Parts: sequence; structure tokens; C-alpha cells
Amino acid sequence: MIGRLRWPGAGTALGALYMALCYGFIFLPVIVLVLFSFQSGDLPAPPFNGPSLRWYQAAFADGRLVDGFTNSLLVGGSSSALSVLLGFFAAYGISRYEFPLKRAIQAIVILPLAVSYLLIGMGLLVSASWLGFSPSLSTVVIGHVVVNMPLAFVICLAQLGEHQRRVEAAARDLGASTFRVLFSITAPMIAPALIAAFCLCFTLSWDETLIALLNTRFDVTLPVVILSLLRGGVSPLTNAAGSFIFLCSILLMVVVELLLLRQRR
Amino acid sequence: MREEAHLVVEDVRKLYGEVVALDGVSLAVGATDYVVLLGPSGSGKTTLLSVIGGFAFPSAGRITIAGKDVTALGPAVRPTTTVFQDYALFPHMTVAGNVGFGLRIRGVAGTEQRRRVGAALEMVGLTGFDRRGIHELSGGQRQRVALARALVVEPQILLLDEPLGALDLNLRRQMQDELLDLQRRTGRSFVHVTHDQEEAMALASLIVVMNKGRIEDLGPPQRVYARPATRFAATFMGESTQFEGRVAERASGQCLLVETPVGHLPVTGNLEAGSQVTIILRPENIRAEAGGEIALGEARVREAVFQGAHYRVLASRQSPAQDFVLRLPPQAVIEPGMALKLSCAAGDLVLLQR
Repeated sequence: MIGRLRWPGAGTALGALYMALCYGFIFLPVIVLVLFSFQSGDLPAPPFNGPSLRWYQAAFADGRLVDGFTNSLLVGGSSSALSVLLGFFAAYGISRYEFPLKRAIQAIVILPLAVSYLLIGMGLLVSASWLGFSPSLSTVVIGHVVVNMPLAFVICLAQLGEHQRRVEAAARDLGASTFRVLFSITAPMIAPALIAAFCLCFTLSWDETLIALLNTRFDVTLPVVILSLLRGGVSPLTNAAGSFIFLCSILLMVVVELLLLRQRR
Repeated sequence: MREEAHLVVEDVRKLYGEVVALDGVSLAVGATDYVVLLGPSGSGKTTLLSVIGGFAFPSAGRITIAGKDVTALGPAVRPTTTVFQDYALFPHMTVAGNVGFGLRIRGVAGTEQRRRVGAALEMVGLTGFDRRGIHELSGGQRQRVALARALVVEPQILLLDEPLGALDLNLRRQMQDELLDLQRRTGRSFVHVTHDQEEAMALASLIVVMNKGRIEDLGPPQRVYARPATRFAATFMGESTQFEGRVAERASGQCLLVETPVGHLPVTGNLEAGSQVTIILRPENIRAEAGGEIALGEARVREAVFQGAHYRVLASRQSPAQDFVLRLPPQAVIEPGMALKLSCAAGDLVLLQR
């Protein structure tokens, strides 16, 4: 196709422009956010004067942000661990056993991926109050497990193929119980995928706002703190907190990429 | 004389939905037999191995090992271990970790475990490989690790699922010798699945020829090759010349005269006159000279292929038409179109009922 154009370079140049626009559209807000977190003035808007770490210092000195950070770590860690554990068990059961309604059960396990966070958050809030629980971080953990477990399930399921099955059969043949097979053969063999699933779940939980907002009252997670900060007007403080969240997510995604890429090789 | 049966398979059937994988298989194997299950893909040989190993449960029938009914037992509690086709080694463990796995499950720990792992590795010629990772090993070495891992727990029966399929020809020959040696030294029975009849003959003390979920023939390799029980067993075990015919008359006792395109052939058997039969004759039993016990007439060479140790010769004759396949010494001078006078010994003709 390109060969038929009068200027062979034109297509390539057009493509490059298109790509630059796309990436600009995606990353410009992020760059602006990060840039003005280093602002030394009081407004996250041009002109940029800095750089300075003033607002980072302020963020780490802010009790609400630090509490939010700890709560987010707690919620992210426990919900991701639960999601991976449950997802792994579900994937093992689905891939290794034959039972009635298997397809239907698999569909139900994956279903939360398609349900809106608003619906899950509100449903959780209503159910919790109906059961007499007050909104708390534990409810948020449950909510995050609901939305993240399907992801962990799908990642694990993709790893439990035919070769894996034969290796498990070999372990069974040598006398291992199902429990032993799961923990000394299956889990170590797909460990990279399990860690990647954990990191992915953690990243999603780390900046999930809707479920967390609806289901917390006093102890809140970091995104909820930032949301309430924004209500009091924009400040480079929120930029600093946001940039920090972003940095954590990026680091985790790098871990995921490394683990899953190494697997494919 | 056969020793007493150790592994007994009684009328085992296995259905996968509508598909019949095993259709009433019965088998008795001695405690030190090297059994080879031989057949084309889809013959049920691998299914039979899985049923013996406990990986698949028969739809009907019974399996006993050393007098104990194991039909309903899972692989973990059967006195069998398996060498899988792709070895199925544990990639996250070292060689010693792999070989010691079964011992750890059985609670054998410390120095005793190390001693037995060392002995098993020595037995397969991998002394000093303890610390190596699985990914650092060649195909043949992985094969040996799989063997050591399966033998270290001292199973009564070792099951091998096409263990040599992934190896090149030279390595396969070498591993055949080592497997035989290993089987003699351990004094256990091996059950080995393959589709390669040469491999089967090289290894087996008992060949089980399978087809379509049934046993076609079962016996020592010499007998199965020279006097196969069915036409399938005859063709699967190697080439032969086949004479289609009809029993013309029953002479005295077991002696029959069969009417074939090459004349009346005398064979031993117990069939009524008029029965449709096939007589087979292995290529090396045909003589290209007229002096043999039974004359097979004259045939023209269609094709002669030099195969190193011999010529493989295809010959045929017209009216009545008959094809022959035979072997001639490598120094023979053979041209297509040449006429050969063929003969054979009466004892080499094998009667098969059609």
C-alpha cells in the first residue's frame, strides 16, 4: 500500500503523528499531574516554579494522608491475598475436576468483571447494613475481593494446562495427596503468575475509589482521602499524593510485566 | 514355563462417552516380565497403561496386583509408578529434589533419603547431577531422572508411556539396552507402551499387540513375530507375503491342504474344509531358489531396494496374481524384471483364519 503513495515517507509520518497524539492524549494529564506535584507555589497551575519537594513533605506530614496510605496498604494487601487464594482454588477446581454445571459456575465466577463498581459498592453497603454491619475497611476488602478475584481466577486458569496436569499426575503417582500436590507442585510451578496476579489485584485495589467511598466512614483509603481533599479546592498537595499513588502502581505493573514476560519465554 | 501371575487384568472395559477405548482386555503378567503394549495410536494401549496406573478407572473389569484388588485405588496408593511420555519432571526442583520427592512423601528423610537418591542416580548413570536444575539437562538425561524418580520408591511395577518417543535413534537404542539392564537388575516388572515394533521386539519378554481396544495377540516376541495369531498382529509386527485361500481338504489329523494362487499349500491347523483362510510367510523365510521343501512358482522382480544388510525385494506373478516380499543377500545381483524361482519350508507357513 505504502509503495503506491507519491511520497513513501508520508504514510509513516502520518502514523507517527497519530501515535504521538494518542500517547499525548493518554499521558499529558499524568505528566501535568506529576509536574505540578513539584510546584513550589500554592497552586497546581502554570507558571511552574520549582522544582521543590515541599508538597511531598507536606503530604507525608499530613495525618489523614498517612492514615489513608496505611489503610490502602492494608486493604490492598489483604484483598489481593484473598483474591489470589480464592482465584487459585477456583481455577484448580474448574480445570481439574468434572462436575455438573461446570460451565455455569465458571461464568458466575467471572461475572463480577462485567458488573459496575457502583452496583457492587451499593449492593455491599445495603447488604452490610441489612446484616447489621457498619461500613468499615473489612467491607471494602470484601468488595475488592469480589471485583479482583475473577481476574486472579482467569490468570491462574491460563496456567493450569495439559503439561501442568501431567506433572501433577506424576506427583500423585509418587504418593502425594491433593493438598500436597497443590502446595508443593502446582503453586510453586505457577508462582510467577500468582505473584503477578497479586500485584495486579493490588494495583486495582490501590486506586479503587467508588467501592471504598461508599463503604467507609471514618477509616478511609488513600483515594478517598484525596477525593475529600479535592473538595476543599486544588492544591499541589493532592498532586503529590496522586503522583505517589501513581508511582506505586507503576512499580507493581513493572513487576507484573517482568514476571509474565519471563514466563512466556 | 511362565511364572505365576503378578499383575492380572480381567476383562477390563473403558468407555469415554460413546467411544470404546478398551473392549474387554484380559492379561496376566509375571513379577519379572518386561511387557510391551504394542499398537497403533488409538489402539487403547495408553488407556490400558493409565488403567493399570490408576489414572483412569475401568468402566468394568478388575485389576489385581500381587493378589490385591487395586481396581478402585488411585495412583498414589498403587504399587506402581509411571515414567511419563514428556517425563513430567518438577521444573522448580533440582534433580535430587525430583528423585527424592516420592521418598519425602513416604517420610524418608535425612541421610537415608540422600543415600537412596544417590543410589538411584547411580543406577541411571547420573551420579553427581544432584544439584543440577531440570532445565540444564538434555532429553536423555531428563529421561534418566524420570526413571530414577519412579524407581527410587521401589514400585512393584514400573509403567513406561512411550518413554523413548522423544529421543533420536542412537540414543533410543542405547536407552533400550539400559532399560533392559535396569529391569534385570531391579527384578521388577516393567510395562512399556510403544507403537514401534522393533523397540517392542528388542525389549519385551511378553508382547501384547493391541488394536481397537482389544488384544490381538499376546506372547513372547519370537512367537508373536513368527507365528502371529491374527492378520493384524502379522502385519503390525512386520512385512509378510500373504496367500489368500480356502481349505481344500483335511488330511490326517492337524494337516490341511489350502488352495492358493500358488497351488495347494500344506499347513497345520484345525479348520473345516471350505473355510476362507490367509497364509502368511515372513520375507526372510522365502528362498529365491527352486530347491526348497515347497515350491512357490516363479515371480518377476518389480522392485529391489538396498537396505544395507539385505535387499528388500518386491516380486509378483500374473494369472493367478500373487505378490511376494522377500529378502536377498546384499551381494545378490538383482534387476527389475528378473525371474526368480521361489520356495519355502513348510514349517514357516502360518495359517490365519479370515
